[in-house]
Amino acid sequence: MTIDWYFILEKLILISGVLALSLIVAMYSTWGERKVAAVIQDRRGPNRAGPLGLLQPLADGGKLFFKEEIIPASSHRFLFILGPSLAMLVACMTSAVIPWGDTLVIAGQEISLQVADINIGILYIFGVVSLGVYGIMLGGWASNNKYSLLASVRAASQIISYELAMGLSLIALLMLTGSLSLKDIVEQQRHGLWNVVYQPLGFLIFLVCAFAECNRTPFDLPEAENELNGGYHLEYSSMKLGFYLFAEYINMFVSSALMASLYFGGYSFPGMDSLGLPHNVVTILGFLALFLKILVFLFLFMWVRWTIPRFRYDQLMRLGWNVMIPLALLNMLITGAIVLFRQG
Amino acid sequence: MQALTDRVKPVDRRPLTFMEKLYLPAIWKGMAITFKHIFQKKATVSYPEEKRPFSPVFRGLHILNRDEEGRERCTACGLCAVACPAEAITMEAAERKPGEEHLYREEKYAASYEINMLRCIFCGFCEEACPKDAIYLTETFAPANYQRKGFIYGKEDLLIPDPKEKQTV
Repeated sequence: MTIDWYFILEKLILISGVLALSLIVAMYSTWGERKVAAVIQDRRGPNRAGPLGLLQPLADGGKLFFKEEIIPASSHRFLFILGPSLAMLVACMTSAVIPWGDTLVIAGQEISLQVADINIGILYIFGVVSLGVYGIMLGGWASNNKYSLLASVRAASQIISYELAMGLSLIALLMLTGSLSLKDIVEQQRHGLWNVVYQPLGFLIFLVCAFAECNRTPFDLPEAENELNGGYHLEYSSMKLGFYLFAEYINMFVSSALMASLYFGGYSFPGMDSLGLPHNVVTILGFLALFLKILVFLFLFMWVRWTIPRFRYDQLMRLGWNVMIPLALLNMLITGAIVLFRQG
Repeated sequence: MQALTDRVKPVDRRPLTFMEKLYLPAIWKGMAITFKHIFQKKATVSYPEEKRPFSPVFRGLHILNRDEEGRERCTACGLCAVACPAEAITMEAAERKPGEEHLYREEKYAASYEINMLRCIFCGFCEEACPKDAIYLTETFAPANYQRKGFIYGKEDLLIPDPKEKQTV
């Protein structure tokens, strides 16, 4: 068997690029979050470190690195370290199947701007996202602190509950697209209408569930600052805490990318194929279009966070099981009926 | 039960209507409000570059006054220290020697005069108590310091510059 070194190099560069992009976006999401919070509350936000406060994330990161590393004496040392590492790893892994753009043609070689175009892309994402619960659960359990444990139990049950509705809302989408590959789904939208037109209810359910999956307000009970002293990462300090917080922002970034790809045409934009520009330029424009869509979703995440108060836990569970899942089932039923009707 | 005022608002305990149970219209309304605030005037200012004016009755750091000829007005009578509810003021009196008439207005003066700005509550009673118009509160406040002793202001910190010297400069 010969190893295709060129292929490995290409993928390595792409992986580093995607990883760097998600880290940078996550970094500047913290800045963006603070700015959005500030302008919504009639304040100014960080504006001291660098122009517009743009160096603030670096200062924050530096601070986290220099903080004292505290591992509680009664904690399970290995699991305590594994928790944030897993959260971070899983958050980064999801970005592998998202198509960041069409292909680039460099020196006659066609390079796909997607790390892995696997035909079960959506299934992969669901599998990896489900693993994310382990990071939170392990962290809360290993801290040996009842508040952390309580928060991680909350987080686990919340994420599992909303994953169901999320999956069900996606089944309806998959019935329309007939493919689990994200690249196929985006290409279909490139030549037709965006999926959100066919699946408005499905998108709404997916959006709400994405908020719950990312532990964002109004579903941020796992880290409810004023109820649980910070939630599952209560005992964490220094960069291990940073990993947890960072993982949340990467999750936000990836779910924004996912929502943009599934429902809003991904890297395609209207009039993309009739511009008459060279292939590579169109690809880059497509990537920028995707990035813009992602930024809009990130802004939505932040906008909602600084508007809506937190749900009570029983309300959260009731919404998940009594509203979201029946609605998703109904959406699935209607979509299935229409698909069948149009075939017959 | 009889209401005590006419401003009583009974709590609305009606069950939520269908539209309210959807949450989304209310959420949308809230988000419209927060979005509007993005474009509104900021309530805060960029502090060190831009300062809000104090009110005309603001009571800040003290100064020790001089008269028109540049002589210290304080005679170390101690009335300010007596009036001070926080006991922030201490002073030592001394007698004016011949030849020092251009320095001190009367024959007794304060050899040392200290205000502990950590104790001071900036009530302005010292200003009111002073019979010689020697102590005034200004519109500045004590800047931050690394040590407690930096907050004990002596005469050299409190005395205003000599008006005669200032003119020559």
